[in-house]
Amino acid sequence: MNFLSELREGLLIAWDSLRANKLRSALTTLGIVIGIVTVTLMGTALAGLNAAFIKSISAIGTDVLFVAPWAWFSDEPWWKTRNRRPILLADARALIRQATFARATSIDVNRLATVRYRDRSASGVLVNGTTEGGVEVGGLVLKEGRFLSAAEVDGGRPVCVVGADLAASFFPFESPLGKKVRIEGSNLEIVGVLEKRGKFLGMQSLDNQVLVPVTKLVSDLIAYRPPVMVRIKVRDLKELDEAREEIRGIMRKIRRLAPGEPDDFAINEQGAFIKTFERMNTVLAGAGLFITSLSLFVGGIGIMNIMFVTVAERTREIGIRKAIGAKRRAILTQFLIEAAMICLLGGLIGLAIAYPITLVMDRFMPAVLSASLVGIALLVSVATGVIAGFLPAWRASKMNPVDALRAE
Amino acid sequence: MPLIRLQDIWRSYQMAAETVHALRGVSLSIERGEYVAIMGPSGSGKSTMMNLLGCLDTPTSGTYELNGTDVSHMDDNELAEIRNREIGFVFQTFNLLARATALRNVELPMVYAGVTADERREKAMAALTAVGLADRVDHQPNELSGGQRQRVAVARALVNTPSILLADEPTGNLDSKTGVEILALFDQLASRGNTIIVVTHEEKVALHARRVVRILDGNIASDERVNRP
Repeated sequence: MNFLSELREGLLIAWDSLRANKLRSALTTLGIVIGIVTVTLMGTALAGLNAAFIKSISAIGTDVLFVAPWAWFSDEPWWKTRNRRPILLADARALIRQATFARATSIDVNRLATVRYRDRSASGVLVNGTTEGGVEVGGLVLKEGRFLSAAEVDGGRPVCVVGADLAASFFPFESPLGKKVRIEGSNLEIVGVLEKRGKFLGMQSLDNQVLVPVTKLVSDLIAYRPPVMVRIKVRDLKELDEAREEIRGIMRKIRRLAPGEPDDFAINEQGAFIKTFERMNTVLAGAGLFITSLSLFVGGIGIMNIMFVTVAERTREIGIRKAIGAKRRAILTQFLIEAAMICLLGGLIGLAIAYPITLVMDRFMPAVLSASLVGIALLVSVATGVIAGFLPAWRASKMNPVDALRAE
Repeated sequence: MPLIRLQDIWRSYQMAAETVHALRGVSLSIERGEYVAIMGPSGSGKSTMMNLLGCLDTPTSGTYELNGTDVSHMDDNELAEIRNREIGFVFQTFNLLARATALRNVELPMVYAGVTADERREKAMAALTAVGLADRVDHQPNELSGGQRQRVAVARALVNTPSILLADEPTGNLDSKTGVEILALFDQLASRGNTIIVVTHEEKVALHARRVVRILDGNIASDERVNRP
């Protein structure tokens, strides 16, 4: 009961004092505002990145091996690997023929192209040359029609399957099936439409793409013989290591590598992605934490400084309060509340500034300002105030009333 | 049992190399309902006396019993509680909180006593009415005259119904006319049975008291009762 009335009194005094020293409070709180903006934006960016990554990574599939000349993440210097030979279509076919652990496979070539239908066109569309196994390897789901057949892939037929966004923008009122879109001089008949899948890492849309027989892409759409990538989905996740070893053996044979010669290709998998992402995330979080604590520390010093000034200025008031019966705790509480209030105010202002920024950020990368982050930001700001305000408040509470009353 | 009993009180300060004795073995008893003036020139030890009587300070040696409790060895927090309950201060410079209204100033001792907001408001209003400031409750000290400020201070001093009203040069910052008003207020309070101790160097102020204790060089020089009609 006693403590409650002291608390209320503390809040009242703190509020009065903030209003009486508006400019000073505003300047003091600036450090905290910057700190909280940093906390919020860092947290938002990290959380957004994480969410996007988890969503994107599930599109890759844990049981798929990607055979390509280069590793996704490698510590090798670029000049050692830049001259690697590409994997050609024939090599890829040979690999698939011999891979025994595979449940499904696909041979892929990607490129960006402009897609046209009558007077409509879309540039920068991902054209994915693939094989009939691409539907299973990629975990694709068809909304309409069917996927590319083995015969179409073998024959390099002019057919394609389109992503959901592309279908929606080209054929808003009709079924795309049977329509012919034009890609770099070839007319391709649409045989299927994919379900919506979202974005990869929040950047590249997976729905703005066209899947065509890889043979078609290689024969007419690209003038030279392009390097391909082979995707192999293993029968059982437990056999991933055996499958990798088998593929490695086959690839070394295909590429005629002598024993002792290092691999000039890489077998990538989702695990590498996750590991790299986690490493990056740890570094980012560490850097974020460092910057954040630094700015809060600086803000905290500002608070401590101004609280010392406040206590010195109000020595007489402290004397009066003590004379009429304020105990140490009451004085301590009063100044702690004042420091915490400045910081809480800073936190609120910081959030008010950070919120619109996260909205802008969200256009470029996934960014979510979560309720828990708001809670953390406010908690951190109050904690900063209490910690920074403690020493000045302690000094105030220890003042001798006789001396304090004599102060000017 | 007297309200205040000082027995052989010494208060010494360490000043650089030498020890200064502000009070040298003071013994004094004050009964409930007395109106006492403590007089002395500056440097006589009367301020030290006032700090001790007001429980703002503790003696170096000797005992101080206030209302039957020995307060001479209490710590900060215990003294704060005693001050809150037993003593109402009126200072020369009023010592009101500048940013708070008269009402809030008067409520303050009750905040630290843990009185509920409603009761605080009610009692503070009553105290301000008693000193004739019912129409000034929402004014801040800088909107009040010196005499009005001192009345607010008196209201604040009395609102917790303390055992002692302890005034330190209460008219020192007032013009003579206002000073007379405040002293009249004190007379009134004394006649209602309040115990009042006024620390002063002005004879005019001391004339209102029924007992005058003169202090010189840290000891009591004289202690006379004055009979007044």
